Amino acid sequence: MKTTLLTIGLALTIISCNNSKTEKRAAETTNETTAKAENTAASDQEGGKAITPIIDAYLAVKNALVNDNQEEAAKSGATLATALASLDISQFDVDKQTELQEIVEVAKNHGEHISKSEIEHQREHFEAMSQDIKDLTAIVGTDRTLYHQYCPMYNDNKGGMWLSTSEEIKNPLFGAKMMKCGKVQEIISL
Amino acid sequence: MKKAAIIILILGIGIQFIPVPKNQTEKVSEADFLQTMEATIPIQNMIKASCYDCHSNNTNYPWYGRVRPFAWLLQQHIDEGKDELNFSTFQEYSGRMQREKIRSMISQISDGEMPLKEYLWMHPEAEMTKEEKEQLIEYLEKLNPQ
Ligand code: HEC
Repeated sequence: MKTTLLTIGLALTIISCNNSKTEKRAAETTNETTAKAENTAASDQEGGKAITPIIDAYLAVKNALVNDNQEEAAKSGATLATALASLDISQFDVDKQTELQEIVEVAKNHGEHISKSEIEHQREHFEAMSQDIKDLTAIVGTDRTLYHQYCPMYNDNKGGMWLSTSEEIKNPLFGAKMMKCGKVQEIISL
Repeated sequence: MKKAAIIILILGIGIQFIPVPKNQTEKVSEADFLQTMEATIPIQNMIKASCYDCHSNNTNYPWYGRVRPFAWLLQQHIDEGKDELNFSTFQEYSGRMQREKIRSMISQISDGEMPLKEYLWMHPEAEMTKEEKEQLIEYLEKLNPQ
């Protein structure tokens, strides 16, 4: 009896290990497909600002979270990670390149986490990443007006911020639970 | 039934010969979190006991830690854990990345996600009381690496 239990345990552990590996591989292939799509999009809009695909993907994550849509947020998180990876840092001031490199690395890590986690974890990474994207615009500039918005109730009242293209508050940190929490703290203009 | 038991026994012994890498190094890394951040001894002990087995280059292997299949499971935790956060090479992260890792640690501890539950079954000493968690979080919140 004991041995049977042990074997079942054994089999289960082996199966569970394999499962998580296949999942990871699946996630990697999706990443690759989005990478390709993103590359063609970037060459189509030559001359457009370098940051455009990054802000596009960031806002797509934000909108998905406003709509409580985990799946869409995951997809856009992967797109964002590839958009960040394709940013050519050498075109910016030499003395800003290290900081840019660090921002891109951290924000990319957030995008990757968003691409593979459940929605509350996505929101957490999205909130942290919003500051990085804001710091990015401070160096690289922005291609559209962005509103830095803040809801003091997020994360057990520690507060949380995000960026939006509209003055109106639609909260991505709470979604439908508290859609209106927040106010504009700063306007980032062109 | 008896035959099955024998086959299982043979398999069980057989898999012990499949090699599993050992996550240990003699070197004390200069980039190690506890070597470079100031922390009281109780805080150091807490982080060491609760996190270092999966998040550093030195695992303190428990008795079952070299026994397959448990060794594979632990190895998988170490691989994935170090991928996310490696205390042994903490100073090699940029300042921004260090701040992000600290943010993530605070969130994982306060959500009760870390240390992993499967691990606590076998490691009661890694379990932190509510007060210990609060102390650790308070410590982490004060860190602000540049
Ligand atoms: C039994 C092994 C194990 C122990 C012990 C452990 N972790 Fe982890 N940790 C993991 C694994 C595996 C992952 C990656 C998968 C996941 O997030 O669940 C991880 C992920 C993490 C992450 C990244 C989470 C994210 O997704 O953003 C942080 C931060 C972390 N651990 C902190 C800690 C801290 C702090 C401790 C000690 C209090 C600890 N861990 C103890 C195995 C462990």
